[in-house]
Amino acid sequence: MEQASAQPAHVHAPPQTFLRKHVFSLDHKVIGKQYYGLALVAVFTGMVLSWLMRFHLVWPAVKIPGLEFLAKGGAPGGVITPEYYLSLLTMHGTLMVFFVLTNAPFAGFGNYFLPIQIGAEDMAFPRFNMMSFWVTFVAFLVLLLAFFIPDGPPISGWTAYAPLSAIGNDAGPGLGWGQNLWAMSIAIFCIGQLLGSLNFIATTLDLRARGMSLMRMPICTWAWFVTACIGLLAFAVLLPACLLLLLDKLAGTSFFVPAGLVVSDRLQPHAGGSPLLWQHLFWFFGHPEVYIAILPAIGIVSHVLITSMRKPMLSAKVLIYSMMSIGFLSWMVWGHHMFVSGMNPFSSLLFSFPTLTITIPATIITLIWLGSLYGANLRINSASLFALGFVSMFVSGGVSGFFLAQPSIDIYLHATYFVVGHFHMVMGVAAIFGIFSGTYFWFPKMSGRMMNETLGKLHFWITFIGTYCIFMPFHYLGMAGNVRRYSSFVDDFMAPLMPLHKFISIAAFITGGAQLIFLYNLIHSRFRGAPATENPWEGTSLEWSMSSPPPWDNFGGRHPVVYHDPYQYGVKGSKGDYVMQDSAEQPATSS
Amino acid sequence: MATTTYTPLPVQTRSAAAGGSRSGVWVGIFAITMFFAAVTSALSVRQGSGDWSHISIPSIMYANTLVLAISSLTIELSRRAMSRSLATGSATLAAQGWLGATLVLGLGFVAGQYLAWRELAARGLYLATNPNSSFLYVFTGAHVLHLLGGIAGLLYLAARVAVNGTGLRRNSFENTAIYWHFMGVLWLYLLVVIGVRL
Repeated sequence: MEQASAQPAHVHAPPQTFLRKHVFSLDHKVIGKQYYGLALVAVFTGMVLSWLMRFHLVWPAVKIPGLEFLAKGGAPGGVITPEYYLSLLTMHGTLMVFFVLTNAPFAGFGNYFLPIQIGAEDMAFPRFNMMSFWVTFVAFLVLLLAFFIPDGPPISGWTAYAPLSAIGNDAGPGLGWGQNLWAMSIAIFCIGQLLGSLNFIATTLDLRARGMSLMRMPICTWAWFVTACIGLLAFAVLLPACLLLLLDKLAGTSFFVPAGLVVSDRLQPHAGGSPLLWQHLFWFFGHPEVYIAILPAIGIVSHVLITSMRKPMLSAKVLIYSMMSIGFLSWMVWGHHMFVSGMNPFSSLLFSFPTLTITIPATIITLIWLGSLYGANLRINSASLFALGFVSMFVSGGVSGFFLAQPSIDIYLHATYFVVGHFHMVMGVAAIFGIFSGTYFWFPKMSGRMMNETLGKLHFWITFIGTYCIFMPFHYLGMAGNVRRYSSFVDDFMAPLMPLHKFISIAAFITGGAQLIFLYNLIHSRFRGAPATENPWEGTSLEWSMSSPPPWDNFGGRHPVVYHDPYQYGVKGSKGDYVMQDSAEQPATSS
Repeated sequence: MATTTYTPLPVQTRSAAAGGSRSGVWVGIFAITMFFAAVTSALSVRQGSGDWSHISIPSIMYANTLVLAISSLTIELSRRAMSRSLATGSATLAAQGWLGATLVLGLGFVAGQYLAWRELAARGLYLATNPNSSFLYVFTGAHVLHLLGGIAGLLYLAARVAVNGTGLRRNSFENTAIYWHFMGVLWLYLLVVIGVRL
């Protein structure tokens, strides 16, 4: 037995070949970067799709040069058809929610930094880890394939509501093989995320360094751990939902299609299925997915803020418990996406109450940030600016959630731009700000080089002002009755809102364009940036205790021992106003 | 401001975790449970549509249940034999034998489920015939897919034991055994659901 258990947890040797080093790598750091890279490709693809939509909304008759070659049926003569608009909308939502908001803050940064921050050499199951990325990559390709088949991408939105998504081309273009590819892609994606979540949980539970008690883990490690727990349950539900949808499409079963449904003058050959069943299964995943996107960002931003404030949070413990409460409550609220589905009004009340309850831990987290920032001598840099921007977006986007959580108000606002504004701010842009904050903060560690601060600050201000210009007016549009998912508003009662739409579109082009500054900064700094020291931000957690970038086995053969909680700032240490987690010195209180 | 204990806490250490992860298999079991819970809840919703009928369980499924139960016994015997071998460094013949028996029984179960599907087809019950048959195929098919994962684990163990003898990680064996027992428990649950609800 001793002989057996004396083996180290990870026995894979350093890779020698290019393929093993950079492509099929077992190293969690390479896999983290691969996830990040995939998210980067997905986010720019999704952003171009949103540009096409915003362009078409305000100049519906103007040709988009070259588009007719990319989408022959969808944009004849370069003008987007209403159906193709919906296809773009579906793909934009799917790419952004799954391949960006799930991939970058959770799988990307989490893979890279979770093992390091707990003092492990790698994930618990490196092979599963590699599989999880490549499975996700295949899911990405399968999804994009929908652009290149004659059927085109599906028009059913990222929520793929049945029966629209379940009856094939009778219901519109893209709903045959386009929808099949969508469901296959998401099912494959689920497998990747399940493998990833399993790894995160097992690694956190089993591979912590000596002295690294659970409450000594950094807040972002906690966030990734809680997110993994949510993901494990959420994707385990979405996976069978997608499989049942595929069976309805390909095998003729009737899980989601009701009896007697006539579409395009054809009686659909299904009987007895329940369209609401799809909504229940989808949103049972879908609402926790919101927290899968936002919790890692909350963790990253807290980590960045503490390091920049040079003092601990008011209460890291309460913040962690609040994240756990959000995770727990996320399972009780899926019905608030279905207030207009015709379900029993008493059910709406039951879902409304826990939804409003979620605002309590969310508010506690915000108050902890604001209370900690009060009087702090904040170091202003690109990372901390984006962290502050995240707090701003989280509050601005979260406040509209109070309204939407109440069925009587949601019924009016549900199908309008108000909801679009709400989720773009609180889930989309806020999480993206978290990703940016993490990128500026950890790039020196990941690449060994610093990013350009001037470009970073320019990027922040354009993005911050730009996103407010785009998404705040959405709320007004919604209250004015502007319905969502329409491809043009020129000739109807929404025509007076067109000037505002034009303003939004121009803001979207400028803000999107500003992301090229980030891309340039990222690529240029990777090769030409100033060399980064081991600990450029004077952080305390374990990722700052090694060279930048870290060696192959993270700690260079060293087995770190942890003596402190991760936020010993504002003290008198031998290196400055902080003491590292793995330093045995006892810090003296500075004031 | 800083009021922490400055000695490392006696928590899980590298050496304790050196045998591999002990949590992974339980986390996986949790996810698989959630998968089948989701399908079970879908069954409950779908049952309310009014076109529900009843399917009598193909009799071979009872025999399959027995086969799977015996395989749980054999893998337990194999695990214990392996545990003794790892402790003493002695030969692993008994462990290999019971492992082989488990493999044969596992494959026998899969073959038995295939015969059950054949019987259903002979009765005119296909995947899309009615909601009951749809759920029956989904439940049994998903279970077999997960069980094939277990068989892959058994094959991996058999190969490792054959090549490396006692150099195998103790946890690999225990985790595979836990997973295999779970497959049995899951099947019992599904059999009850199929019998009562379908």
